Amino acid sequence: MSAAGISEARAASGLTATLQHARHVITENPVTGFAFALFLLLVVTAILGPSLVPYDPLATDSSASLRPPSARHWFGTDQLGRDIFSRVVVATRLDMIIAVTSVAVVFAAGGLAGIAAGYFGGWTDRIVGRLADTIMAFPLFVLAMGIVAALGNTVTNIVIATAVVNFPLYARLARAEANIRRDAGFVMAARLSGNTDLRILLFHILPNILPIMVVQMSLTMGYAILNAAGLSFIGLGVRPPTPEWGIMVAEGAAGIISGEWWVALFPGLTLMGAVFCFNLLGDGVRDIVDPQRRT
Amino acid sequence: MRVARQIGQRLVTALPSVAGVIVVTFLLTRILPGDTAAYFAGPAATPAAIEEIRARLGLDQTLPVQFLRYVGDLARGDFGASLTTGQPVLADITARLPASAELVLVALVLAVAIAVPLGIIAALKERSLIDHACRVVATAGVSLPVFFTGLLLVYVFYYILGWAPSPLGRLDVFASAPPTASGFFLIDSLLAGDVETFRATLAQLVLPAATLAIFALAPIARMTRGAMLSVLGSDFVRTARAAGLSPNTVVMGYAFRNAVLPVITTLGMVFSFLLGASVLVEKVFAWPGIGSYAVEALIASDYAPVQGFVLVMAVLYLLLNLCIDILYGLIDPRVRIDA
Repeated sequence: MSAAGISEARAASGLTATLQHARHVITENPVTGFAFALFLLLVVTAILGPSLVPYDPLATDSSASLRPPSARHWFGTDQLGRDIFSRVVVATRLDMIIAVTSVAVVFAAGGLAGIAAGYFGGWTDRIVGRLADTIMAFPLFVLAMGIVAALGNTVTNIVIATAVVNFPLYARLARAEANIRRDAGFVMAARLSGNTDLRILLFHILPNILPIMVVQMSLTMGYAILNAAGLSFIGLGVRPPTPEWGIMVAEGAAGIISGEWWVALFPGLTLMGAVFCFNLLGDGVRDIVDPQRRT
Repeated sequence: MRVARQIGQRLVTALPSVAGVIVVTFLLTRILPGDTAAYFAGPAATPAAIEEIRARLGLDQTLPVQFLRYVGDLARGDFGASLTTGQPVLADITARLPASAELVLVALVLAVAIAVPLGIIAALKERSLIDHACRVVATAGVSLPVFFTGLLLVYVFYYILGWAPSPLGRLDVFASAPPTASGFFLIDSLLAGDVETFRATLAQLVLPAATLAIFALAPIARMTRGAMLSVLGSDFVRTARAAGLSPNTVVMGYAFRNAVLPVITTLGMVFSFLLGASVLVEKVFAWPGIGSYAVEALIASDYAPVQGFVLVMAVLYLLLNLCIDILYGLIDPRVRIDA
């Protein structure tokens, strides 16, 4: 690198440097670029989808039931003659909301509990650790089923159940990262200058471990979508006729053995694509935020 | 003798987890939406009847007293009764458990049989075509919704190709189950010398087991590849190679024996996935296991079976993890189980 290059790199502020690095990662690895494009498509669909679709996702038409894909109905129609393409597109918003909310909830709850455990140690640490161990003692999907059964069969409770089963992952990661930094120089300096524990936790330690937590969030988004779709596949949470990918696959399951493949295939493929996108994206975000952990 | 003591010590360390599991399932029974007593009394109950049921279920006691009662009931094997089948939950679950166990174990064997060789080859030929294929399979495997894979397999192998029998349970409706010895139809039919039933059972089992196996392949293959790569790069493998041992001896006798430990550790996580995914697969294939039992109960708002199911699954998972730890100690004598 030339001398001019070095000074240029130094001149770039933190934000521009990050953006440059992000652009580098996206352009250098076509798979990551593809995942980002897919992610943008999902977000746009979630926001604009309901106003773009050609048919009302709830409108039934008994004269056009179980039509295979055609120019009129790109993904065909289901038993009640509803347009599957419209339903798949409209469902994006609900599926994304469930996944994003549950990840946000567990990020806040698990992250804060973990930081507190790592920073204070002692009893806080023991309680949070025991809580995480107890959750990990269950097969996670089974525990999610039990929680939804106990709290009641609603979408909110699917979000809560998905957040609870992910709690150990976040709490353990945040605990480990906060524990390393507990006696770091900047924390000691903050303590000496009279900051309270709470202030140190929220304004000194939290910002430092945020990047690693963000990576964790994008890595668990795919799992959150799968978990929610699995729950609604077995009839929990989302009720018909609400369009949602998992329940749409369940509605199409009967058609699979009589040859109506399109009813289950398109929502299933979309679900798969979304999860695949988030798994790839997770690796990409890790490359941007935390280059040392590249694999 | 030493092994027996180690196993005993490991059992003791599992006790807090068991206690945690029981507390959680107890709490799950107490946070039912609405009034539990009114729920169990049914929609047509009078206030007096509701109060009577409240007293009978012990719901008028304090929470700690209720908890002791709950533990006492569990100790006597009383998991409550199912409203839909009218049977005690424990009897229902015991009757259906072999079906689930057979499915999950066959799937696990299948997954290990494919994933471990795949991981070894991928590590031996790093950055080759098969290595890339392995990585694609691993990423796709974790992205596949297991219920969707199941439906795809049914469509291709039952509807289009006609190779598989109809995806409805463990045996064709016209076939009769083999005499019960283990509850595993594959073993029972062989014990009875009934080759026809064995074939029929296997035919029904292939698709659901394959669905679960595809799901479990990814983490096992990935871990095998990673563990083999790090072992193959170590000094003792280089020494073994330099000493002129055949590649086969080096790979299987030296490298794999050391790489197998992390792979066994991953099996714990794989079991968590498998037990959860088996619920979905049982629903897709109308498999008469405990997963579909719990799903049916959930739809009917019949809570006792669901709670029994969650508890049994958690205990099974704990036992499996225990087996893994013990196996670990047997394979690697350096590992103290209690550590």
